Amino acid sequence: MNPNSQEAARGIRIKGVSKLYTGTSHPAVDEVSLDIADGEFMTFLGPSGSGKTTMLSMLAGFVSVSAGSIEIDGRDVSRLKPHKRDLGVVFQQYALFPHLSVTKNVAFPLQQRKTPKAEIARRVAETLDLVHLGDYADRLPGQLSGGQQQRVALARAVVYEPRALLMDEPLGALDKRLRDQLQREIARMHRELGMTFIFVTHDQHEALTLSDRIAVFNEGRIEQVGKPADLYERPETLFVAEFLGESTGFRGTVDKAAGILRCGGHELRAPRLDPELDRCAGVAVVRPERLKLHVDDTEVHAEHNHIGATVTEIVYVGDRHQVGLRFADGTKGLASHPVGSPLPAMPGEGVTVSWDPRHQAIVRDHAGGPAAPAAVPAGA
Amino acid sequence: MTEATETREREPVKAQRDGGIGWGLRTAVGLTALLLIAPTVVVIPMSFSGATTFEFPPKSWSLRWYKSFFGSEKWMYALLTSVQIGLLVAVAATILGVAVALGLTRSRFRGRGAVRQLMMAPMIMPGIVVAIAIYGVFIRWQLNGTAIGFVIAHTVLALPFVVTAVSTSLAGYDRTQDIAAATLGATAWTTFFRITVPQVLPGVLSGFAFAFVTSLDEVVVALFLQTPDIQTLPVQMYNSITLEIDPTIAAASSVMVVATTLVLLVPQLVRRERRTR
Amino acid sequence: MTTTTIKARSQGREATRPRGRAAWFVLPATALLLVFFFYPIATIVWRSLTEPDAGFGNYTALLHDGLSVKVLVRTLVTALIVAATTLVIAYPYAYAMTKVRPRTRAVLTVIVLLPFWTSLMARNFAWYMLEQRGGPIERFLGLIGFDGVVLLGTVAGVTVAMVQVMLPFMVLPLYSAMEQIDPRLLDAAGSLGAPRWRAFGRVYVPLSVPGMLSGFSLVFIMTLGFYITPALLGSPQNSLISQVISERVSKLLDFGGAGALGTVLLGVTLLVLFIVSRFGGPARALGGAVTHD
Repeated sequence: MNPNSQEAARGIRIKGVSKLYTGTSHPAVDEVSLDIADGEFMTFLGPSGSGKTTMLSMLAGFVSVSAGSIEIDGRDVSRLKPHKRDLGVVFQQYALFPHLSVTKNVAFPLQQRKTPKAEIARRVAETLDLVHLGDYADRLPGQLSGGQQQRVALARAVVYEPRALLMDEPLGALDKRLRDQLQREIARMHRELGMTFIFVTHDQHEALTLSDRIAVFNEGRIEQVGKPADLYERPETLFVAEFLGESTGFRGTVDKAAGILRCGGHELRAPRLDPELDRCAGVAVVRPERLKLHVDDTEVHAEHNHIGATVTEIVYVGDRHQVGLRFADGTKGLASHPVGSPLPAMPGEGVTVSWDPRHQAIVRDHAGGPAAPAAVPAGA
Repeated sequence: MTEATETREREPVKAQRDGGIGWGLRTAVGLTALLLIAPTVVVIPMSFSGATTFEFPPKSWSLRWYKSFFGSEKWMYALLTSVQIGLLVAVAATILGVAVALGLTRSRFRGRGAVRQLMMAPMIMPGIVVAIAIYGVFIRWQLNGTAIGFVIAHTVLALPFVVTAVSTSLAGYDRTQDIAAATLGATAWTTFFRITVPQVLPGVLSGFAFAFVTSLDEVVVALFLQTPDIQTLPVQMYNSITLEIDPTIAAASSVMVVATTLVLLVPQLVRRERRTR
Repeated sequence: MTTTTIKARSQGREATRPRGRAAWFVLPATALLLVFFFYPIATIVWRSLTEPDAGFGNYTALLHDGLSVKVLVRTLVTALIVAATTLVIAYPYAYAMTKVRPRTRAVLTVIVLLPFWTSLMARNFAWYMLEQRGGPIERFLGLIGFDGVVLLGTVAGVTVAMVQVMLPFMVLPLYSAMEQIDPRLLDAAGSLGAPRWRAFGRVYVPLSVPGMLSGFSLVFIMTLGFYITPALLGSPQNSLISQVISERVSKLLDFGGAGALGTVLLGVTLLVLFIVSRFGGPARALGGAVTHD
């Protein structure tokens, strides 16, 4: 934590970085600060246009920094050209050199560094083994599948042992099965190489699966940085709650003194409230798997919040039932119910919904605009 | 009953899709192919004729027209003139055309669409109008009958081909590669020569070949610009039909057919070689 | 996905080179064309209005010399016939190209490009031999009962040679239009009760119209400007507009009169191009393989 210690000096430090493209009035990246530890797997997650790719491009040096600075191991690299930053980059569309064989593609960065021939051969072979492409060394990129091409791109970006590996939606062009497979390979490479990985994606599952930490980007700012479980269980903003996974939101007004969220006619227990939220419009966000369904309120745990609802639909998705809910004020919700236990209600019937207040997150409501959705439907 | 009709109707559809094309279509394609090939093929046997007329098919065979072609100072001079002009045109048109293609594909400026159309104009304007127009100003500028006049006129006509060929290969070039090369430690020069040039070269080569052939083969403008002192091979061929009825043209035609085919085929083969390597 | 790629590219440009510096590269070629192509054409139009006297004298003379109008009409009719004939011959060929295996398609493509590759003078010389008196075509027609038909020196002879050389310019746009047509549409029409030939006429042919339009206009325009083929295979009695223009310049040095005819030819060309571009299928669909005759 001490910025002067040796530990803090290693790693990547983003200090108040902004990017304003010429001809635009809103910054694409707005005063972002972030410390990325040595060897960490950091993911920039956000919708398109949230600034995550621009941030990555500034790290790589493709895009100039309008304000702030970027330091790598204590050295300011903000003004350095891309090839002076000692970073590896993997692009969504691979950007392999189509006229060079797999071996020559991977050897390219080593040749630029005037590495001796014998060592180039050794390291290229090692790296191709790392990505399981040893048998494809003499192929041209055009003769490989999309997944294989992306593995060549990975090999090419790590063969010269750069300070960090930056990846811009590297799996975006692949189909789902290949994506899962490459995710596992990227995770394995991260373990084996111990290198800092910075990964840009708009896919929450990818982010949750791979990352040590995730930075959620929205409108050029970082909404929240944290471990995947923290972000999922304890979102600090409605945006993070909505973007990562599915949830049901109960809107109301926070009463810090009473420790409750007033929500229509209901008072929801809300322990450990942030003082800043007092008397503000707040939303209690609950994940589907935390909502329990009961026939009536007799079996609800005394300490738990509960509220009545109508079941709107039940969808069987294999490992569970997804139960659509509608509350008295019209708010929609989503609960997941284990396949083994009997369903307490059928569509059209009433049901009681309960949850442990420790599993809810109270976040500030959107700027109060009427357009803000009352609850978050599946996959929002 | 219903079943039977259904199968009967479905059968031919299936057969047609699996087995390619039917006999009627096959015949039509064959005849069209014959029409396309015939004139080219006819030229070759004709050049080995032993007769002094344009009799076809030849009744006797000899190499006399080749001897007459390669032995004639007039024909050889025309051939040499054409090749020299063609090479100069190819070089000039390639340099200018590559620059245009770079300008059109690698930057955005007002009037880009207009410039693109401008470049294509020499292809679509009636040849005879272009010919008398250039002839008209070249008389005043004293450029007709000069090598530089031929080179300029043919470069104008060849430019569209180079621009098209090079633009196509530049458009297919993924510029993320430049950025990728930069992150991998390459300088702008290294990137240009090791990454860009090898990929764009086939397009440039075929532009060069097209420009050369365009000049080598051009007659209409050349007919107007010719003087007794400077005549290109196609002009000499034209004159040998209209003025002299000299069967040496048969040998000249064969040489032209083989030469243009080779020149145009080589870049294609280079390209295929690269693709399948 | 797409947006990220585009963004990455524009960002890359910002980093690697100043925006738009390459724009200057178009200057030399543009200057060359302006001086040695557009300026000469402008002088032709100008001279048609000023030589020998200022005004539309050259144009009114065209109407009254008893020849020019006839030649112009003959040229337009010939171009129409060539374009129509080419379309009829090219349509089955292009259709076949979409149906055969890739290897056969490659062979058919090479064959169709042959006239484009073949030296222009060599090709016209070949037609000269084939069409001449006592040549193979006359003898063949004699065999099937048409005695004494000599194509050389007739508009028909010119037309045949033009059709051959224009075939690539019809086949290629047709093929690229047909390639886009989903073959399942014919099955769909069949399943809705249309017999195969009617499905073809009602579904396939209309969908290939853009290709037909682009091929037809291209062939029509290029045929208008042909010079060598009519000069070698036609005759002065049946001359086309190019021959008259050439004659006026080379024999009479009458740039005014020739310029007027040339301007008319240019005008017809531009008019056709304009009309076609209004229909959305400009001739550039071909990808730029055009020859000058």
